[in-house]
Amino acid sequence: MSFTKELIPQSPPPASVRTKPLDLIRKRLFGSIGSAVSSILILYLLVRFVPPILNWLIFSADWVGSSRDDCTSGGACWAVITARFRLFVVGFYPAEDVWRVWIVLALLPVALAFALVEKIPFRRYGLIFAGLYPLIAALLLAGGLGLPEVATSKWGGLLLTLVCGLTGIVVSLPLGVILALGRRSNLPAISSLCVIFIEFVRGVPLITILFMSSVMLPLFLPPGTTMDQMVRALVGISLFASAYMAEVIRSGLQSIPAGQYEAANALGLSYWQSMRLIILPQALKIVIPGIVSTFISLFKDTSLVLIIGLYDLLGIANATITDTKWIGLSNEVYVFTALVYWVFCFSMSRYSLFLEDKLHRGHKN
Amino acid sequence: MSNLKTDRKIDYSKMHVSEEVAIQINQMNKWYGQFHVLRDIDLTVQRGERIVIAGPSGSGKSTLIRCINRLEEHQQGQIIVDGTELTSDLKNIDKIRSEVGMCFQHFNLFPHLTILENCTLAPIWVRNTPKKEAEEIAMHFLEKVKIPEQANKYPGMLSGGQQQRVAIARSLCMKPRIMLFDEPTSALDPEMIKEVLDTMIELAEEGMTMLCVTHEMGFAREVANRVIFMDAGQIVEQNEPEEFFNNPQSERTKLFLSQILGH
Ligand SMILES: Nc1ncnc2c1ncn2[C@@H]1O[C@H](COP(=O)(O)OP(=O)(O)OP(=O)(O)O)[C@@H](O)[C@H]1O
Ligand SMILES: [Mg+2]
Repeated sequence: MSFTKELIPQSPPPASVRTKPLDLIRKRLFGSIGSAVSSILILYLLVRFVPPILNWLIFSADWVGSSRDDCTSGGACWAVITARFRLFVVGFYPAEDVWRVWIVLALLPVALAFALVEKIPFRRYGLIFAGLYPLIAALLLAGGLGLPEVATSKWGGLLLTLVCGLTGIVVSLPLGVILALGRRSNLPAISSLCVIFIEFVRGVPLITILFMSSVMLPLFLPPGTTMDQMVRALVGISLFASAYMAEVIRSGLQSIPAGQYEAANALGLSYWQSMRLIILPQALKIVIPGIVSTFISLFKDTSLVLIIGLYDLLGIANATITDTKWIGLSNEVYVFTALVYWVFCFSMSRYSLFLEDKLHRGHKN
Repeated sequence: MSNLKTDRKIDYSKMHVSEEVAIQINQMNKWYGQFHVLRDIDLTVQRGERIVIAGPSGSGKSTLIRCINRLEEHQQGQIIVDGTELTSDLKNIDKIRSEVGMCFQHFNLFPHLTILENCTLAPIWVRNTPKKEAEEIAMHFLEKVKIPEQANKYPGMLSGGQQQRVAIARSLCMKPRIMLFDEPTSALDPEMIKEVLDTMIELAEEGMTMLCVTHEMGFAREVANRVIFMDAGQIVEQNEPEEFFNNPQSERTKLFLSQILGH
């Protein structure tokens, strides 16, 4: 390591590398006949369709009103969303208690930030808070400890969608890990149990699982006890997602070379230690894209709770369209619903990319 | 003729073999399904011995040393390590694994952990050593294998020879009384073989009990006090290196030596 050469001063790039924006456009978009034709075509389509779409969406839209008769300007009738906004967000949650939902929803980004962002101040306490968040949320939403109870049949809209989606996500990851490890277990009883569960659940549609958990689960409970309809749906969703998660995680476990297990064993680490410290961190990292895809489809699949009589975001949307005051406004309602789903799914997708990128930079292998 | 691939002067002063038995293997047999991979293995290793195991590919060398720390299970006979017999009793297995270190052909470092974390992991979790103390121990052994400056890098950033030395340091952090090596230099470029052999010689000089599967016949000659020749799952011949190389007894040994030494 004995370089004595002087550091060369930085020099500007040669002229050919520096291009003016206009040149860049000319080169990129009209560089050849093919790209010129497609650029012109795309430009035409943009000019042809974007203004009318924007016009419908924004410029000639009606934003307030109490029924569709108040929408007269010919654009989108967003009044349907603004007038029923609370319904879309919290369902039939009683108005005098709705502040509890606002607190829960306001704390959600805080908990997520503490759980997901590594370099955040006070992370140590933040993680404790994030761990307790589900309990805090459950207490605030359902009531107890002096707060009046709110039956889950009143929960709805985005709130219900988030409860179903996040519960599914939070439960399915650890359960999926356990099922995946169980499936690879040397003990035949455990591995066959896991295989049967996973293959059964993956072999039937979620609707069937939801029906079964809503109709059959009570049959297994001791007589006299009842189980909340929403809790039954949560059980169904979580089990369904766990089976898919298990297979995603198993594919990650399989890609870890045998040498890693052997080195861990040779050092005297126990089975659980080697899984937790050596195998799972590597396996989960490999399958992050698969895990997030499963989360995203799970989040969208929660809309099926509609079938067993729960009014999640899509349930409220459907009810709105058939409401006599707002009848027929399916464009507005579905555009809005799609946008809400998209925001959440897209964020998950971006976070997954960020995580992959970060782990990739951390240690190349 | 010594073709030890290092010009190191070996210090034999502390390399003595004691009477104490480190490993005792009696009439051990192992099958992979129907395939009889190890047959009637009898082997006694005394503390301080440096044993090189040689033999053609597929003869069961790796399987034999992997049985000693139970990476493979034997079906018949006895293996006693440091007075503890290897049975399906998990307590015994854990005890033996924490006293027997092993280095692999492909290093098997943990790629998601830094070099330092690789070395402190087992002391912290298996021996309950406080983190700070474990780090001191790790740095001590990383200095010994001459790469303390790499402590905070990840394994993927190191050369093969450096990785293998980290693997040796990682094993040493558990303060093992016996070290097993399975072809530690076979995956390395020639110039890196030397640095790993140097590290192994240094261990031998400190009196470590070593079982080493290797094709480095120079190492066997200069460092081992016994060479074991295996073929088709059996120990065919064992002798002091001088006798083994100059006066092989069985035809199979002669054939093997003529191939490997190119006579
Ligand atoms: N997990 C296994 N299942 C079945 N057969 C195996 C298994 N591992 C090894 N074998 C077989 O057992 C025999 C001995 O293998 P082993 O790896 O011990 O040989 P080796 O002497 O170390 O060879 P090499 O010099 O190539 O490493 C080989 O024929 C091999 O094919
Ligand atoms: Mg081998």
